[in-house]
Parts: sequence; structure tokens; C-alpha cells
Amino acid sequence: MENWLDKTILAPVKRRSFMKWGTAISGAAIVGSALPLKATASPSAEKSVIASDKKTTWSACMVNCGSRCALQVHTDNGVITSIESDNRGDDKTFGKHQIRACLRGRSIKHRVYNPDRLKYPMKRVGARGEGRFERISWDEAMDLMADKLKYTINTYGNDSIFFTYGTGTQGYRTDGQHAFKRLINMVGGYLAYYGNYSWGQIQYALPFTYGSTKSAATGSYTSEIKNAKLLVMFGYNPAETRMSGGGEIYEHTEALRESNVRTIIIDPRYTDTMLGKEDEWISIRPGTDAALVEGMAYVMITEKLVDQTFLDQYCQGFDEKTMPKGSPANGSYKTHILGQGADGIAKTPEWAAKITGIPAKKIIQLAREIGTTKPTYIVQGTGIQRQANGEQTTRAIVMLPILTGNIGLPGTHTGDMPANYSYPVPTLPHDSNPVKVKIPFFLWTDAITRAHEMTDKTDGIQGAERLENPIKFIISYAGNMLVNQHSDINKTTEILRNEKLAEFLVVIDNHMTPSARFADLLLPDITTIENTEVSSDGYASGSMGAVVPLVPAIKPLYECRSAYEMCTELAKRFDIEEKYTEGRTHEQWVEHLYDGARAKDARLPALEQLQKEGPFQVLASEDGRIALEDFRNDPVKHALGTPSGKIEIYSTKLAEIAEQWQLPKGDVISAIPQYVTTWESHLDPKTKDYPLQLVGFHTKGRVHSTYHNVAVLREAVIDGVWINPIDAKARGINNGDPVRLWNDRGETRVLAKVTPRIIPGVMALGEGAWYRPNRKGVDMGGAINTLTSQRPTPLSKGNPQHTMLVEIARVQP
Amino acid sequence: MTQLGFYVDTSKCTGCKTCQLSCKDDNDLPVGVNWRRVYEYGGGDWIQHEDGTFSNDVFAYYMSISCNHCAQPACTKACPTGAMHKREKDGLVVVDGDVCVGCRYCEMACPYGAPQYSHEKKHMTKCDGCYDRVEQGKNPICVESCPLRALEFGPIDELRAKYGDCADVAPLPNPSLTNPSVIIGTSRNSRLTGDKTGRIQNPTEVGL
Repeated sequence: MENWLDKTILAPVKRRSFMKWGTAISGAAIVGSALPLKATASPSAEKSVIASDKKTTWSACMVNCGSRCALQVHTDNGVITSIESDNRGDDKTFGKHQIRACLRGRSIKHRVYNPDRLKYPMKRVGARGEGRFERISWDEAMDLMADKLKYTINTYGNDSIFFTYGTGTQGYRTDGQHAFKRLINMVGGYLAYYGNYSWGQIQYALPFTYGSTKSAATGSYTSEIKNAKLLVMFGYNPAETRMSGGGEIYEHTEALRESNVRTIIIDPRYTDTMLGKEDEWISIRPGTDAALVEGMAYVMITEKLVDQTFLDQYCQGFDEKTMPKGSPANGSYKTHILGQGADGIAKTPEWAAKITGIPAKKIIQLAREIGTTKPTYIVQGTGIQRQANGEQTTRAIVMLPILTGNIGLPGTHTGDMPANYSYPVPTLPHDSNPVKVKIPFFLWTDAITRAHEMTDKTDGIQGAERLENPIKFIISYAGNMLVNQHSDINKTTEILRNEKLAEFLVVIDNHMTPSARFADLLLPDITTIENTEVSSDGYASGSMGAVVPLVPAIKPLYECRSAYEMCTELAKRFDIEEKYTEGRTHEQWVEHLYDGARAKDARLPALEQLQKEGPFQVLASEDGRIALEDFRNDPVKHALGTPSGKIEIYSTKLAEIAEQWQLPKGDVISAIPQYVTTWESHLDPKTKDYPLQLVGFHTKGRVHSTYHNVAVLREAVIDGVWINPIDAKARGINNGDPVRLWNDRGETRVLAKVTPRIIPGVMALGEGAWYRPNRKGVDMGGAINTLTSQRPTPLSKGNPQHTMLVEIARVQP
Repeated sequence: MTQLGFYVDTSKCTGCKTCQLSCKDDNDLPVGVNWRRVYEYGGGDWIQHEDGTFSNDVFAYYMSISCNHCAQPACTKACPTGAMHKREKDGLVVVDGDVCVGCRYCEMACPYGAPQYSHEKKHMTKCDGCYDRVEQGKNPICVESCPLRALEFGPIDELRAKYGDCADVAPLPNPSLTNPSVIIGTSRNSRLTGDKTGRIQNPTEVGL
């Protein structure tokens, strides 16, 4: 069994030649269970030939890009031969258009048949992180995990159990993390986190402006671009972040082509969203968008281009007359911009030019264009908020639609991310978590080392005033956050190596990732191609939602088991099997929950039909596609969830937080959005040692760290650090040269991509490459998190993973 | 004879390389063999002003190219064995792996980089226009996979009637060399063949 699996992995099936062969020997006797792989290579081995048994099943790519693309998995005799995507029906009609997978989904065969696949349960035998393991049985593995869980609960309490953030199987509704959370909630709960590495700052910050009832990612739909006269995109890059042919980039491109709307894109990189689709690229230094907005606000205010009626009626704190009672004098946005506020600096275009790197006359021109064009659709991406003060940046950008009254009307947006329809496919139910205290998603390493210091006023602890217990037991399911994707890998691994801190690390995954190497117990999950599920379209499919079936294309490889199976075994050891399963297998849960969904929505086909015919598409309603339309129509009846019910340019809650919280030196929280010069910005004196800014981006060659170990993807999209020819020349670096990137936190090696497509003084590196330290601890894998910092952002305590200063040099190959 | 060919709309293309990977998956091509390649072409300069701000005239675009099934293919002329041949029926240029001796002359002759040597098979391989799929009434796998719907395939006469006959776009060679059965849809960034303001930005990814 193992032997043929290994052969399958090492020698992918030659489908074409096999097909020819199959035809030639049709009618030949079926012999044994071996695959005809060798037969293709050496036709003399006739004994190993079996007749062809071809099947096609629907599945999906379940990773965290935001979309959920359909896959048709072709198999022959239980081995995957090739992948097709959605090729059904009428692709020309919007709403019925095919959910075409991108290059990642298309290469999923190599994720399934991958030399890195975990084959059986293993326990650590060497030191933590050394990567030395010993094979154990499932019974031993489940006993060990249950014992350690019981020990942890009895010794420290449930609040010392933590699930790392992990989105490698994000599409699961009834398995994966849902299975684990159902179990742990039944045995007393776990320490939960709030927020996420993708949108930590924007989702925390924008409700202060727009109210909690209108959370982030519920802005206007992309389809509304068609009704705009001007489109302004701050760091919004769907071509590289939303690549599904049934999702945001397709809808975005269609909207642009239909309306030919004038498009201005602000970004440090000349991204793949541009390529001639834009009318203007404004290159900007990372972390300075708020300064650009303030420079424009100065022009709009002094040239009377603001919508004063809108600001008076719908907003709090634009000028002194709409400031809340009891607020400090000269604390309004207008006084701040004009230099009459606390800092006394007028935010002129010349002031903004020096900070942003954008010429002052360009800032003036842009302000006049936005100020005089209605409707203007203003949107932001979220790389922009993954910065040292990303909360300020995100709140600053939404000032543009606010100042110009481009809100709640056709062709407008709030300045947030665009909205997406997401079909609500039910998830495996679980009780509420009995542990009420929560930490910010980014502070889990702090909760291992200094839990006793962490309070609501210092570290954003929610649900309690302070943390009672440090994290002792970590479950990392389908995630690479344990090592690879969290900031500052060298600091994280040092913490993890200390077995007295986090005492037990369980990693459940498909592959031997950099995080898996740090496990005490390593459990092999089946891949999503081997599992049954009914998933939804995700959160980035534009206005088309879908119900997406997954049917196992092949039997689970090796000894891999699903999370639900693992949890059922664990439940037995806690004597709650019946309670956990309710007598259902995983497949029965899928059927049961789908039946529930059908009872609510009669449009849904029967499960068998869905599984046979593929994803069921549902278009979002034409109503409700414009953000804050109801508020614009009736600001009293549809008051926002802010304290004033209005758009709070001056946030009453933030004013309180700014007063009450204890912040480290240099951190700023303010009631109005304002540009803040942060640590490791281009104005930090540290530029003396590390003169270049480095930002991460989402490379097309993988999804975060998933798919990184697929050779054909590494070939197609080579990891290289983007560097402007001016910076490269000064350092004698040529395109394709091996280089070292370093700062005080670490060093990584990668190739140089010398390209004019990035602003001078700034470099960019695709995130997610796997950490591969050499003996000296230098990362040879190009993992950006060897360079990022664990210092959290001021307000959401989120990840500043695009704020860092580095130096670069050529290395001898 | 009907000549089949491709339409590549560079104004839609985002350079995602799904075409390259779907081809690779369907034809089980190893690393190093790419029947379809996506060239990143770009250029432009930066100016730093006295106040430290910048201006630029940077441009970039992608060019997805497989085999153009040329009307006058250079590869068939260079082939000493006749393995590389143009099909009568549909004008597709294919290589007969049983006849090919792997001398790689076609690879040297083709100005588009279409013939790809397989170290595993020890002979040339290349885009065959997915003639087996086409015979079943389907599109080539690359066309069907494109998330941006930037690729089309069909009788080149029909495509030319619809889209014109532009094929002299950088970094492609002068089309008069082989008369390729390809039409390039241009964007505002497109540069003419022979352009000196840009260069191929991703030589390693396309096997250069």
C-alpha cells in the first residue's frame, strides 16, 4: 500500500500515455491493485495493468483567499489524474458565470500527492523544533492528547488552552476547526481571540466612525463601480488577492470595462490590478496614506470643495459646531487640518508631499478631482491597515467619501473594503465558549510569556479585566501561525522552544510545515479532496454567492483522519461521545445541516443533485448594494451604531479610550483620524542602519503559506524581493541575484526582482514562503516574518506586518 | 484547411498564470516544461524631485503565449526528421514523439519559445492546441481555465474578423517571420514589437 502511494507521489500519472495504453489493452484482464504507472514507463510490465475506471467528482479549493472555487477532480482507479474547474453552462450571463479556479486550485493534485504529506500520527523525540518524530498509533496519539488536555484543564484551567489562527481549510463548515471547537467547548472551553491577521485594524477601527451595526466588509458592492464617475483605490489589488474567476477580480474588471470609469490607484507597487486598466498610478510610501488624505483635506477645505451640508447633517466633529458636548476646544477635524489644533501644523499639500513622496501639485490635483466629481467610489485594500498605525490609516481614508458626501448614493462607497455576498451555509453547531476572556489575535505569544501583565487597558483583553492564566496548551489546526505566519519568527521559536512556557503543542495538518516541526504531537489530517462537505462561496466572490459541494475524489491516503474523526475519538476519552456526535457520522452531519439549509431556502437542490451537478449559484439582491443608503435617506430612523448615531469623524468612544488606555511611548490613539509617524517608518532614525522599507504582499503563487510546497507553483511564480533599479544599482544588485535581507530581528535569503514597478526606498516580498533556517539560524526560505515585529498596533493590538526597516545586499551564490 | 489559433487579450489579462498551470496539470508537464508561458513585460523610469518626491512613467503588462501554430512555422522547417509537423486538418503544429530524436533544432528556430524539451521523455514536446479536446467540441484547457476570460480559440479567420490581426506587440518577435495564428488584444500599456523602453521582467519564470 505505502509502496504504491510513494510511487504515485514520485511519479505522477502520465494521463495521455495512460489513456492510449488503456485503449490498447481494453478487454485485458484486471490484475491486482497496483497502478499502471510502471506499465507506462516500461510496456513489458503487463502484469501490473488494470482496466481503466475513470470518475469525476466535484470538490473545491478550500484555502483562505476569500473565494471558494469549484474543482472537478478526475480520477482513474482511485488516483487523481487531472483537475478541471467550473466549465458549466452559460458563462456569458453574469450570475451564472463559471467559478473558475486560479492556478492554485488547478495544481491541487500536487498538494494531495506531496512528499511533505503527513502519513501517520507522530510524537516528538528530539528537542522542540528539531523536527525529529517517532511514529505512534492513533490510539496512542488520542490517549496522549486526551491525557494532556485533562492535565492542562485540571492544573491550569480551560483558559490556558489556545487555538492558533489557521485558515488552511477555511471552507470547512462541518469539519476542521468547527469539529475541534465543538469538542473543546464541551469540555470547558478555551481562550479565544478576537480579530484576525487579515483585517485586524480595519474591522476594529471603522466601527468607531460608522458604528458597530455597519461592520467592515459590508460596504458597497463592486458592481456599484458601474455607476461611478471616478474610482479611487487605496492599495486595493483584487488581481493579486481575489483571483477567482467567479469572484471579485472578475466582477471588478467587468465593471471597469462596462463603464470605462476613470480609475486612480494609490499603491507603493505597480500591481497586477493596474497593467493599463488604471488611468493613473500614484506611487506612495507605505504607511503614509493618512498624510496624503490630510493633504487633500487641506485643499478641499481651503478651496470649499467639502460637502458642508452633508457634514453638518450626518457627521460629528468635522468642525467645532458639530463637536460633542464636553469635548476639548479646537479638537475638530477641520482645526486639525488647518493647523489650529494641538500640533499647530497645517496639513498642506507641501507637508504631505514630504511624507508621502507624492508631489504637492499631484496632491492638489487629486483633491480637486475627487472634490468635484460625483459620484466617486472610494475603496481601500487591507494591506494598508497591516501597518504600525493601521487603525489611523483606515479611518483617514474613509474621510474622503465623508468630506465629499460620496456616501449612501448610487456609485458611492464608504471607503471601506468592498462588500461581498456570501451564501450562509450552516456550520457544525457548538455551544458557546464557557471561557469568556479573549485576547487580541496577535498577542498569543505575549499570552504565553507575560499573561499576568495583560489587562484591558494595556493589551486589549476583552471579557475580563485581566488574563488569569498563561497559554499552556496549543492546538494548531490547518494553520502555519505557530511559526511561519506570526511576526518575528526568531522570537516566536525562542518562546516555543521553552517547554516550561507552552507545555504541549498539537499540530494537525496535511504537510510537514515549519509549524509542524515544532509539534509535540503531530496528527495527519485528510485533505479537503478526500473529504465530504457543503461549503459556501467564501467572502470575496463579489455579488455572486454559491453553495459548493465537495465529494471525496479519493480514499484518505495513508493513515490520515478527518478532524471530526479525531474529535470523536477524543470525545470517547472524555466520555462524551454521544453528546459530541449526536449519533451522526461526519457525512450524516453534512446531510443533516444541508437539510436544514434547504428547509430555509427552497431554491436549493437536493444534496444528491448538488453533488452531481456542482455549485449552486445565487446572485445577491439588487437592493442593498449601496452602503449606508438607508442612513443617507433617513439619518434619524436609520441612525448608526455610534454614540451619536452619526458618522463620527470625532469618535466619542476613541476619546475615552485615548484617555484611559496605557500605551507604550510613541503609540497614538486619537479621537479624530490623523497621520502618525510610527516606529520603523521612513522617518524613523533607524533608517541610518536599515534604510529601506519592506512590505509584504499576497503573491499569486500560493495562498498565505498554503500551496508553498508545490513545485510547479514555485516555478511559475518565483519568490523575489521587489526592489527599484535605483536602490538595486546603489548596492550592485542585478535582477535574479541572490540577496540577503536583514534587520535586528533576523535575516532571510531570497532572489532579487529588480523592477521599476515599485517606488524607490521601498521593497516588497510575497508573504507565506516557508521558513527554512540553516545551522546559523539564517532563513534560506525567504520567509518575511523573520524580519517583522511583534510590537502590536495601538488600538486593535493587531499585526503591523508591513511595517519594517531592512537592509539588503547581494550574496555570493 | 481551417487554421485554428488563439486570441490573447492583454487588456484583460492580469498575469495570473492559471492558463500555464491548467495546461501543466492537464498534460502532466514537469517543472521546466511549459507549453504555455506568461511573459511579464515592463519598463519606465523614475525621477526624484528636489523635495524628495517622485514621478514615474512606469508601465507593465503580461503576454500569455503557448504555440501560435504559425502559417509558416520555423520549427517544422528546422526539424530534420519530420516529427514536427503541421496538421492538414486544422493547421495545428504538433510533434510526433515517436519520431522526434530530441535534437532541439526546433527549439532554437522558434522565435516564441514554444517547443519544450522533455528530459524525461528525451524528445520535444509542445502545445498541441488540445486537439483531442477540440475534436470533442471543447476549448483548449488554457482557454477554458482563464479566470479573466482573456483567451479565445477558434478558426483564426473568424477571430481576425472579430478582433483584427495585431500580433506585433512586445516582447513578441516580428510576425512576418512565421505568420503566427495569434491575435493580441492590446491595452493602453502595449508597446510595439522591437520596443526598447521595456524588458521581460520575469526571465526565469519563462525559461529564459
